[in-house]
Amino acid sequence: MSEKKLPFERPIIKKLNVNVPNKFGLKTEYDPITSIDGVMVKDLIKEFGSPLYVISERTIRDTYREAKRAFSTRYPKVQFAWSYKTNYMNAVCNVFHQEGSWAEVVSGFEYDKAIANGVQGQHIIFNGPDKTEKDLEKAIKNGSLIHIDHFDELYTIAELAEKMEQKPKVSIRVNMDTGIYPMWTRFGFNYENGEAWEALNRILLNKKLELVGLHAHIGTYIMVPWAYGLAAKKLADLAVGVQTKFNHTIKYIDLGGGFASKNTLKGAFSPGTDTCPTFDAYAEAISTAIISSAILPDHMPILILETGRALIDDAGSLLGSVIAIKRLADGRRSLVIDIGVNLLFTSFWYEHKVTPAQPFTHYTEDSVIYGPLCMNIDVIRENISFPLLNKGEHVVISRIGAYNMTQWMQFITLRPNIVMIDMDGKPHVIRKAEQNESLTSHEITPDYLKKINV
Amino acid sequence: MKIKKNIAISDNGFIFDSNTGDTYSLNPVGTEILLLLKEGKQLPEIQKAILEKYDSDNATFEKAYLDFISMIRQYHLTEE
Repeated sequence: MSEKKLPFERPIIKKLNVNVPNKFGLKTEYDPITSIDGVMVKDLIKEFGSPLYVISERTIRDTYREAKRAFSTRYPKVQFAWSYKTNYMNAVCNVFHQEGSWAEVVSGFEYDKAIANGVQGQHIIFNGPDKTEKDLEKAIKNGSLIHIDHFDELYTIAELAEKMEQKPKVSIRVNMDTGIYPMWTRFGFNYENGEAWEALNRILLNKKLELVGLHAHIGTYIMVPWAYGLAAKKLADLAVGVQTKFNHTIKYIDLGGGFASKNTLKGAFSPGTDTCPTFDAYAEAISTAIISSAILPDHMPILILETGRALIDDAGSLLGSVIAIKRLADGRRSLVIDIGVNLLFTSFWYEHKVTPAQPFTHYTEDSVIYGPLCMNIDVIRENISFPLLNKGEHVVISRIGAYNMTQWMQFITLRPNIVMIDMDGKPHVIRKAEQNESLTSHEITPDYLKKINV
Repeated sequence: MKIKKNIAISDNGFIFDSNTGDTYSLNPVGTEILLLLKEGKQLPEIQKAILEKYDSDNATFEKAYLDFISMIRQYHLTEE
């Protein structure tokens, strides 16, 4: 019979521009991602559909342990609290809780989720500007750590404390200048203008409130560890001041979150894999600042970290398929894939790493990768030198574990399955794909609108 | 459709347009198609030749071929 045929690759022609830079850059993908934690991508898509979110339990645990080691080898008392808003899939939260993380929540919804996951009330940190009176009552009863964001909240808690038997455990969120831009001032009380001290005075003069900690969250995707060092120094100064003035010992200093992940920000010159600081770098800056502060050795506070993005981004992948290959009027290649900005919210600020899930040649085309939505803004990558894929072939978008499963949009289409691959390489569905009923069951059509004739 | 006479195509996929000085690169399937076009072959013959050698089907080839031809035209490599 005839010889085996060669694999077919679309014919391409590429104009060569010697020494002329272009916005597509060089090819970045050299090897396909054919499997995740030993499970073949094509098998995952066959069983659970496309698109598909995949979370690696192994990567979560490895990353957490790396971060914990970086801090606990430099500072005696370290406690992580899992940032629910970063990814509040219960299975994800519980992997962190099994590793020893407390819960850090920013709404009544998240608070109830943490309780339902089995987290003890005293191990829940309640942040955020919107805590209802009902939320606060619950948190006070459970002995949770309430991080006060504004004076209105402080007075509400003080009023509740008058009526309740339990003494609320509170901290204040402090905003400050740490030399970075933008400086976040909308949350908490300002350090430089004395507002933070004003709040501390009111708490400590009120005998019905227990001041337990000091909290700062200086920003997001912070690439300079020394900014955390400055924040830690300022919180330590407040702790020393509280000790001196009120003879009151602060139990913990909470440096919040905001560590960068290895994703590449839009407009960045170098890839995030090259520029992202290590956990060791952050740990060194923070630990050194607290240890070298004037806090007495016997009063060294617990160091709490609410790291989200840097702990979960690498563990998430989004698998998808090519819907169509088109040619734009200006000659650029465009790929339409079944992953849109509705599922990949972070594509608004990252140049996500997109990799074919099957072998490819070294030939590439200057391409745009679009999502499937009938909306002009649905662009996953604007300029990418990308291998030649065919309709139906698969792609893997890496480092999507943070924020996409919480900030996703139910828009035009439904949200797909999320699977977690366990430590033995077995996939588990941790959130089922939505059906039409998942959404329509919440709708109520008035009787007079039920009859139509079209 | 005819490829301009001044277009030189090497076997390894390098194209030189002596009128403009522009250079292009092709992948192996693109090279074969362009060499066949240069020989004056038309779609049915090219399709047959490619599908005898490569693992594809008529629809996939036709879509890829039409897209390829549109780029050849865009780069002004044809006489039309």
